[in-house]
Amino acid sequence: MAGLHSYLLVSGLLFAIGLAGVVLRRNIIVVFMCLELMLSAANLTLVAFSRFNGVNGLPDYNGQMLVFFVITVAAAEVAVGLAIIVALYRARQTIHTDDLTSMRG
Amino acid sequence: MPLPLFWFFAILMLVGGLAVISLRNPVAAALSMVASFVGLAGLFIGLNAYLVGIIQILVYAGAIMVLFLFIIMLLDLKTEEKRAPKVVPVVGGLGIVLAFTIQLIGVLGKTPPKESEPLDLVAAATHQTGGIQETLKDDRLPDVNLVGDLMFTEYNLPLQIVGVLLLVATVGVVVLSKRQTA
Amino acid sequence: MFAWILLLLPLLAAAANQLYLKRNAFIASLVSTGAVVATFVIALVLLGRDDAVVGPVSWISLENDPGLSLSLKLDQLSKGMMVIVTGIGMLVHIFSLGYMADDSAKARYFTGLSLFMFSMTGIVLAGNFIMTFIFWELVGLSSYLLIGHWYQKDSAADAAKKAFIVNRIGDFGFMIGILMLFGITGTFIFDDMGGGLANFKEGYESCYACLIGTAILCVFCGAVGKSAQMPLHVWLPDAMEGPTPVSALIHAATMVAAGVYMLFRVQLSLGVEIFTETFAGDVIAWVGGITALGAALMATQQNDIKRVLAYSTLSQLGYMVMATGLGGGDAGMFHLYTHAWFKALLFLGSGAVIYACHHEQDIWKMGGLLKKMPITGATFIAGTAALIAVPFTSGFFSKEAILHAAEAKPALFWIAVAVAVLTPFYMTRLVLVAFLGSPRTDDADHAKEVAPVMWGPLAVLGVLALISGFAFFNGIAPATPAHAGEFHVNKLFWISLGALAAGVIPAFLLYGGRSKDPLSIPLFRERFYIDALYDKIVVKGLQNGSAAVVHFFDEFVVNGLIVGGASRLAESFGMLFRRVQSGNLQGYAFTFGIGVILVIYFTTFWK
Repeated sequence: MAGLHSYLLVSGLLFAIGLAGVVLRRNIIVVFMCLELMLSAANLTLVAFSRFNGVNGLPDYNGQMLVFFVITVAAAEVAVGLAIIVALYRARQTIHTDDLTSMRG
Repeated sequence: MPLPLFWFFAILMLVGGLAVISLRNPVAAALSMVASFVGLAGLFIGLNAYLVGIIQILVYAGAIMVLFLFIIMLLDLKTEEKRAPKVVPVVGGLGIVLAFTIQLIGVLGKTPPKESEPLDLVAAATHQTGGIQETLKDDRLPDVNLVGDLMFTEYNLPLQIVGVLLLVATVGVVVLSKRQTA
Repeated sequence: MFAWILLLLPLLAAAANQLYLKRNAFIASLVSTGAVVATFVIALVLLGRDDAVVGPVSWISLENDPGLSLSLKLDQLSKGMMVIVTGIGMLVHIFSLGYMADDSAKARYFTGLSLFMFSMTGIVLAGNFIMTFIFWELVGLSSYLLIGHWYQKDSAADAAKKAFIVNRIGDFGFMIGILMLFGITGTFIFDDMGGGLANFKEGYESCYACLIGTAILCVFCGAVGKSAQMPLHVWLPDAMEGPTPVSALIHAATMVAAGVYMLFRVQLSLGVEIFTETFAGDVIAWVGGITALGAALMATQQNDIKRVLAYSTLSQLGYMVMATGLGGGDAGMFHLYTHAWFKALLFLGSGAVIYACHHEQDIWKMGGLLKKMPITGATFIAGTAALIAVPFTSGFFSKEAILHAAEAKPALFWIAVAVAVLTPFYMTRLVLVAFLGSPRTDDADHAKEVAPVMWGPLAVLGVLALISGFAFFNGIAPATPAHAGEFHVNKLFWISLGALAAGVIPAFLLYGGRSKDPLSIPLFRERFYIDALYDKIVVKGLQNGSAAVVHFFDEFVVNGLIVGGASRLAESFGMLFRRVQSGNLQGYAFTFGIGVILVIYFTTFWK
């Protein structure tokens, strides 16, 4: 049986992969996917804690509730984010972050 | 969850994640992400979170991935042309990831390991009532019932608020996607 | 009740003029004139009433402290002074109706006059020193506004500024003096001061004379500024840049007399001993004497008709101050009272002359005006007679009173006599050159008698100048010395008569029939070089010096260090953080990652 540490390690690694993707990749859609990976990693942590800190012989469902809300908000975020990307692409004909530097101070 | 199965899903998830950040074709990246999420859903189910696992597949691997692919195709993105990687971001990004991993291992090393206890559903039945109690007495986990019970009692207000958030997001997407007509 | 109306009516007129009648100059002038006529009537009514203190109305109340109140003090001094102020004010207003008829800013002029009437009434009726000080500053303001009435002229604007600044110097001392008196007596109210002073004298016998003397001298500083005594006399001749009726009202009859009035008020409140028994009295008397003599000497060499009169005013004010310093404040006030009438007359007369000669002020460009303007000329000569103390005119009686007050101190007495010689000299010169002989320019040749609205006030003042000194009129005088208005043939009479003759006869011999000044004394003409000296030292030196300091402060401390420093600090911080705003998404994510790692480090691994 896998222990809590295994789950946490795996989830941490997934988060690290997502973070690396955000920092390294320059395609904004891929960056966006990596954000989703990081969110999912957090979800895994939540579910793992919920399972390993049971109450009255059942998993702690409060943790799972939080996962639901994260998923819902993530779905909304994806929808809005992709819409922004579409609008951005229409305006600039690029989704390459190197070319999107109009926020330079 | 048996250890080999855990590692299978975990490695599926991590390899999928690595593929997302390393493949140049965005379509391939999106499909790798589906694989990663399937692994993740397996891990969820292994943690007795059946509903979350199913939803992970349905929402992420299903709906959101389709959305990604749809946008990728809509924008007609080709494989990223090869650009010379910049040294500083690569080194910095990897450095951060490395530091994060080291910290993670440090934290895990400091805390005592915890093994999972098997769920004692029959004993848990004494704390529940109604249909949930009946199902628990049969030694089955009424996962959906429990989640639904919590969601519509204790978390009712956040649920409503999230509903409003989704509505706002929908309206926002419509507004953003509308072509500006002069 | 009447007293409050008396005080506030001119203010109402000024407010109405300023707020509603700016474009309606004719109505504005009528409003002001109506207000001053009404106040004159009220002043006459009050004259018949008993002495009283109206009020007090609490103004500022402080814990454990009497606070400040507004009250109007009505006694013979203030009631008589009100008759002078409102009476001359009324005549000047009427005269101004003619004199300023064509002025483009008539409404502003009459607003200023009304404001002045309000302020001057305030000084006269003030029941405590704080009120005096407030209205003291207000007359300064209205004087500034009126001197600078023709502000388009540089000289007028400069003169207004000069008057204001010089007065501020005096007022600074005045304020210190008021606060010292408050410290000594514990009150600002005139009526309570005597008692407070007595208490103080019992408690602090040793330093009493020194402290009270210093306080009186500080208060006197205010009078030096306002009454234009040396060394702050320089503003008054320049103030003649203002319209001539203003000179008559403010810079001859009333405001400049406020210093003397205030000194006498102090003398009444604290007792005459504070002048006679401390060094303050001597200093005041000497300042007055020197001013009287110096100004008379300067007057002998001036060619501008108004400047001659201005220096004459200085000299007469010096007389009053000297008498007050010697403890003869009542003599000073009596002279103030007669002087107000005849000096206002002389100024208004000069105004009529200037008006008739198309704003020509040089007496050597006049001549023969008596024939052209008989009424103006006659009244002018009546005023001159009063000023040079021809027997039985008003000036004769009051000058006699002053000489009597000065008799105790021989040095000052002989200075007074010298002034009494010089005054007839320069006044005779003025009359001879301007009114007699033959016209020397076309302007003078074409001069015509002025309109009745202008010569009317002249006639009234002319009569008053001749008769106001008689004992019969003592009822309206603010103060009367013993034997005022009585005529005795004694030693003083002969000295006075001799001085008159010693002034008039040489003047006739020197100036009869001349068309050019036969005398040239640069020292007197250049006013002892005092103005030049001030210009060099105070204006140039001090101004440039302080300008350098201010410039340094402004440029380096304020601009360089405070303002510039702050902006540079903000700018450099901005430049610093600007680099962070690279516009590079990866950069932001990278920074965010560092932040995450730091948070984890500090929450989990720190200590």
